Amino acid sequence: MPSASLPASLIPAQRIVRPRLSRAAWIMRAGQWLALIALALTLLLPMAVLLSRAFSNQAGDFVWLVNFATYVTTPALFTAAWNSVWTAALTTLLVIPLAFGYAYALTRSRMPAKGLFRAAMLIPVLAPSLLPALALITLFGNQGLLRGALFGYPLYGPVGVIMAQVFACFPHAALILTVALGTADGRLYEAASSLKAHPLRVFLTVTLPQARYGLVSAAIVVLTLVMTDFGIPKVIGGQFPVLATDVYKQVVGALDFNMGAVVGIVLLLPAIAAFLIDRWAQRQREATMSGRAVAYTPKRHRMRDGLCLLHCLVVAGVLLGLTGVAIWGSLVTFWPYNLTLTAANYAFDSFDPAGWGAVWNSVKLATLVAIIGAPLVFTMAWLLERGPQGGPIPPLLRLAATLPLAIPGLVLGLAYILFFNHPANPLEYFYGGLAILVANSLVHFYTVGHLTAVTAIRQLDPEFEAVGASLRVPVFVTFGRVTVPICLPAILDIAVYLFVNAMTTVSAVIFLYGPDTKLAAIAVVHMDEGGQGSAAAAMACTILAITSAVKLVHVAMGGVVNRATQAWRKR
Amino acid sequence: MDSGVVGAEAVAPTALAAPPYLVIAQVAKSFGTFAALHRVSLSITQGEFVVFLGPSGCGKTTLLRAIAGLDPPTTGSITQGGRDITGLPPEQRDFGIVFQSYALFPNLSVADNIGYGLRGPGWNRARIAARVAELLTTVGLPEQAAKYPAQLSGGQQQRVALARALANEPGLLLLDEPLSALDAIVRINLRQELRSVQRRLGVTTIMVTHDQEEAMSVSDRIVVMSQGRIEQVGTPEEIYRRPASPFVAGFVGRSAHFAARVDTPANTLVTPDGLRLEARGLAHLLYGTGVEVFIRPEDVRIGPEAAAMRHQPGVVTHIEFMGALSRVSLEVGRLRLDADVPAGMVASLGAAVGATLPAALPPEALMVFPTDA
Repeated sequence: MPSASLPASLIPAQRIVRPRLSRAAWIMRAGQWLALIALALTLLLPMAVLLSRAFSNQAGDFVWLVNFATYVTTPALFTAAWNSVWTAALTTLLVIPLAFGYAYALTRSRMPAKGLFRAAMLIPVLAPSLLPALALITLFGNQGLLRGALFGYPLYGPVGVIMAQVFACFPHAALILTVALGTADGRLYEAASSLKAHPLRVFLTVTLPQARYGLVSAAIVVLTLVMTDFGIPKVIGGQFPVLATDVYKQVVGALDFNMGAVVGIVLLLPAIAAFLIDRWAQRQREATMSGRAVAYTPKRHRMRDGLCLLHCLVVAGVLLGLTGVAIWGSLVTFWPYNLTLTAANYAFDSFDPAGWGAVWNSVKLATLVAIIGAPLVFTMAWLLERGPQGGPIPPLLRLAATLPLAIPGLVLGLAYILFFNHPANPLEYFYGGLAILVANSLVHFYTVGHLTAVTAIRQLDPEFEAVGASLRVPVFVTFGRVTVPICLPAILDIAVYLFVNAMTTVSAVIFLYGPDTKLAAIAVVHMDEGGQGSAAAAMACTILAITSAVKLVHVAMGGVVNRATQAWRKR
Repeated sequence: MDSGVVGAEAVAPTALAAPPYLVIAQVAKSFGTFAALHRVSLSITQGEFVVFLGPSGCGKTTLLRAIAGLDPPTTGSITQGGRDITGLPPEQRDFGIVFQSYALFPNLSVADNIGYGLRGPGWNRARIAARVAELLTTVGLPEQAAKYPAQLSGGQQQRVALARALANEPGLLLLDEPLSALDAIVRINLRQELRSVQRRLGVTTIMVTHDQEEAMSVSDRIVVMSQGRIEQVGTPEEIYRRPASPFVAGFVGRSAHFAARVDTPANTLVTPDGLRLEARGLAHLLYGTGVEVFIRPEDVRIGPEAAAMRHQPGVVTHIEFMGALSRVSLEVGRLRLDADVPAGMVASLGAAVGATLPAALPPEALMVFPTDA
């Protein structure tokens, strides 16, 4: 190099290149900004207000950790935290083996009717978590048919809570484990059998290690779900205090928003810890599957297949049975004295002032959340993945999009009242209306939709936009002609996910509904509180019927959409 | 100063008198503290087929992406057809690109893929269809218009990607390892077709590859890169026959290499174990200078032909049958050499494992590089 020997002053100054963003890139950058502002308004600011309230007294003065000191020294509150922890742990210990066996049967056996078992597994997802609690009360409650079967333990309390939680959490664990076990590398099994390894040794050295991060994820998800669930302990917990019901009591019962915020933060801590552990486990899991893996196909094995079938029959039987009991309970005239069937319990207007209006409110909310949410979540994920990457915006946006998963619905709901109900907030207008419910539900369920969208987008060739740009086709045309059509199934999945969750959730919206926007799931809680168990069960079954119908339409529509937009997948 | 450097690089035997079409001046690219490109300069003439060749991580794809505007350089300038394009987004440049993955839109038919960039005023349905048909013929895929990419073979997909990149008649065609995902035979056929399409259309083309055989077979000029720097620019024959650095000598083509020192009289080398060799063109090197010596297998002489020259005894350690040629591995003292001989002549040369043969290293075939300069 001739210039190497030149004095520094003679080396030409290097012109720093300032890359010019194209107009499309500017628009995408602006979109990222908008997304960040929207998430700041609906997530970050409310959470900041919640935090500040936890450190203030009733008069609004900053009081450091005084509220937390009060919390720790109040035995009743502290007991609730301990109760949350141990019921969550016990539920996890019960759910994981059941779900693992079920997932193993679905992925690693040749048992018949796998499709039916897969469908049965999803029932608890479609129902509000209150449904199993109501069914358990029908069976084992003070007037239940089988109340003797609990050996004198009262159902109302930890026994009922754990039984209902096992039902409600089962599909979440089973889904994660089905994925973890479903992506097996067949070559490892061929290697193991060519080395003449005993089946038990293969299970212990190949199957379990492959599923270990899935097991961690599933356990974490179940722990979080139980810790943060509000509906089940509310309905079946009796006098058994847990964190989630405490937040509600502090806010709705005692009107002590500051203490409510403190309990909310206590509830937030394990959820955030769980979230971080789960992210770690997810990353580890991604690394275990190489692109060259060969899919594993199980061989016929009479004994294993039989045991798998038995396990699935029992589990699916309980899932379907409890659902059936809830439906039956909703159709009975006067439990348990008059068992003649009637539709009277479905005349909601005679039990609750909102009546059928609550159902329509829920449907309206869920439809809005799905129709607004699915395109929004997908577009924002795309802006994040394929938009300009430099600067602080993309990492901030990525964090803000994954944060909602770590925030229990009840905490988010509380943050919303504190933020939107603040007299100084110009957005106070929204409080009590449908808009705030839509925003809250969107944020509450944002992360799963976001991750679904990101996964779908990352499966696309990273050079699509580059090819479009080289052909001078605006990136939005490529988005509309290529990205969206390919990802349409994922977008539909997101829409259905949002719809089902907006229909069934109680925790996030219990603080936010107004007299005109009472929701069906909240009506279930109220009717149960009012001693109208059969009507509550009827409302829960109505919700299940609607979500099931939507899911069925999704499956049917999926076929139509696939034929229309996914024909290219066929070889 | 800039233009001086550029001019020096541009003086290549095939460069025409016309002004260069693409001028890359002092282009550097760093990712954080890692420098992927160190002030690279290069000019390319209109209609040339230039290949960036180098091992993975040498900066060849980084340079290609800088030219495309996909990852603009940190410093330096790039001029295409007299227009400074250094910081422009890809949309405002004039190029077509084919990626290693082809990046075909899987949900669009072959015709829609090729016609993807044919939009705007003037492109009515009939004209697009005609242009697509023309391009399909150009790349040898008529009658595949209605299929989806997944229904085509890898080689066919590659042709579709090429047709799509050519649809807008770009001034510059960029090919990022376009053949490396294909089977060996398809690869050899396609690279010749690629070359003939390029010749016919006269489009200036830059291809990135790590396959030296591919680089030599298609290019007008090869740019050999290593560790973010250009090692040598030249025709395939120059690169092969007169490598500018030990890296090029070792990377392009096969060669045996060993260390030696300059000795007296002039043009004499001596290896560490005392073997004295005659070389050419070393008059400028001082006595005692350490050098690295490369020699290609086809230049090593063995048997009667070697006996007629200045030779040493070599012991045959291995014979590899390669079809038309056989590669005879020898140990001459401590030097390990390979000699390519026609397969039919192995026996008549008396080459058999364990046999001792005369071996000669012709002085003009030694490629000598000082190691401490």
